[in-house]
Amino acid sequence: MADLVYQALIGFNQGMIYWLIAAGLTVAFGVLGILNFAHGSLYMLGAYLALTFYHSLGMNFGLAVFLAVASVGGIGFLIERFALRPIYARNLEIQIILLFGVMLIFADVALLGWGTHLSFPPVPTLFAGTVDILSRKFPVYYLFLSGAGIAVFFIIRGILDKTWWGRTMRAAASDREMASAVGINIRTLFATSFIFASAIAAFGGALSMPMSMCQPSMGAEVIIPAFVVVAVGSLGSLVGALVAAIIIGVVTALGTFYIPVMEVIAIYLIMTIVLVIRPQGLFGRAR
Amino acid sequence: MNWFRELWQTRRIPFILLTALAVVIFTLPTFVSSYVLYMAVSILIYSLFAYSVNLLLGYTGLLSFGQAAFFGVGAFGAARILLASSNVPLAIIGGMGVAALTALILGLIVVRHTAIYFTMLTLAFGMLFYAGVQKAELILSYITGTEIVPATVFGGAWGLLDIPRGTVFNLPMDLLVNYYYFTVIVAGIAIFLFYRLVHSPLGLSFQAVRDSERRLAFTGISVRNTRLICFVIAGVYAGLAGALRTGLLGNVDPLVFHWSTSASPVVATLLGGMYTFAGPIVGATIYYIIRDVVFRYTFVWQLAVGLVIVALVLGLSGGIVGTIEQRTLPWLRGRFAQGSSNKPSQY
Repeated sequence: MADLVYQALIGFNQGMIYWLIAAGLTVAFGVLGILNFAHGSLYMLGAYLALTFYHSLGMNFGLAVFLAVASVGGIGFLIERFALRPIYARNLEIQIILLFGVMLIFADVALLGWGTHLSFPPVPTLFAGTVDILSRKFPVYYLFLSGAGIAVFFIIRGILDKTWWGRTMRAAASDREMASAVGINIRTLFATSFIFASAIAAFGGALSMPMSMCQPSMGAEVIIPAFVVVAVGSLGSLVGALVAAIIIGVVTALGTFYIPVMEVIAIYLIMTIVLVIRPQGLFGRAR
Repeated sequence: MNWFRELWQTRRIPFILLTALAVVIFTLPTFVSSYVLYMAVSILIYSLFAYSVNLLLGYTGLLSFGQAAFFGVGAFGAARILLASSNVPLAIIGGMGVAALTALILGLIVVRHTAIYFTMLTLAFGMLFYAGVQKAELILSYITGTEIVPATVFGGAWGLLDIPRGTVFNLPMDLLVNYYYFTVIVAGIAIFLFYRLVHSPLGLSFQAVRDSERRLAFTGISVRNTRLICFVIAGVYAGLAGALRTGLLGNVDPLVFHWSTSASPVVATLLGGMYTFAGPIVGATIYYIIRDVVFRYTFVWQLAVGLVIVALVLGLSGGIVGTIEQRTLPWLRGRFAQGSSNKPSQY
């Protein structure tokens, strides 16, 4: 039983990483209506930049995360302004292919900038060490990451529900034309929303940096589980993404614990089962 | 000879060009090195793969990022048959068969979804194959409770090596020239059938799915079944390409299932022009050459390909063939006032 709970906690932590990637994907899809194939790249850039600021330049961890998030927000602005804005009116497939191209570019930019060398930065001292949970050692950083993941959910929800900017985002998500008719500047809103989504991706990348290896191919690797998460939880649903991420994280961890060969295919099995039973995802309305 | 006269009067330039192309293709082995011949076979294989993608993308409006699943299944299916017998046509047909079956099973799940969902699901299922094939022996061992040797199934992470090239009607396929002609004939038949398909009522219903699902539904045709048929046919084309790849390389590894394998034909199709018939083959040729050249000079080929994609989407949206049809041909017609002034026929 203790094994089970411990594995579930580790799975929950992995689920939080999935959630942090899927969160920005959901925001970008909800408001702009695009599937950001390059979202994983923004996550990767967040991780690499935080690594550089924190490990190579020796900055404070919090400052490094902040600077990484701000820089990736800037990159998000450039992507929105120069790549996305000209193609909002085009087919969805074209938008996906363009963002796929952007992802390829970033993968090689990271390769040129940071090389293939792997570095393992120390965990920030504040969150270093382990705590005993059920007489097993559990990294404090995992607890911090899980807490941050849940905080991100409430922050996004709070922004969408309570602020003027968040309300305009929701208005644009539900009816772009109507929102524009009542005086919302859609162009600015799209830019700010995409910057927001990019910043969330970078935050996730920066936070997961001390416990994962940064690689140029990371952008492509993390986007696939994120797609699975949003497909299982229903695309565009924030709660759906959170719940699906937790389910996938926990079930994968438990499945792998009992049947080790399940490790790599568990996530796809969950997706297949959910989509056969509920094609619209766990939180989607029937179409 | 009436049909010939008519052809000559109405379609003179395409007829001359196609005849010249056919002559070049059939005499190619006499004047190029084996490296170029090898490239030509690869290009034909990737063209078939790109046709598979374009049937979904250009005609039916579904972007699949998981065509590697069927490409890989076809490649492994052909490999297993070639390891057992030396009959190449049987291996090709077998590869297409398993690809069709796989596409049918996956199709039942994925064609319920459209647009973004379809793309995400095909990507995820493609990666399921990539992960699953590497672990297949372990999983089978676990289920059956017995030891299973990797070489008896997919060969684990290394894949299947030293696959015999086999024969076609007693002609050894070890000889690249023989394999070149075999591929030319097979690809020629496949592309001709593709042409007939997209001009048939079924092909038109694919385009109707792309243009207006609701109107298609009102005519009494099942949108979902149309998508499923399209998905299976696209799977067969991908399987054919994969099976031909096995015959060319003599080995197959799990990387054929990787999402980057799925992405190449998408880029090639986009490059050539996804709303044109010749787009995939032109795109595959140029994409293959670009990659071949870029590989020689730099290791950051993804950067080059990414820049090409962004430039194409933002600048040359119709692809190469689309741009020629929409801009260059009308300009030429206007200049020489020759031929009909009809809009260039698409599809």
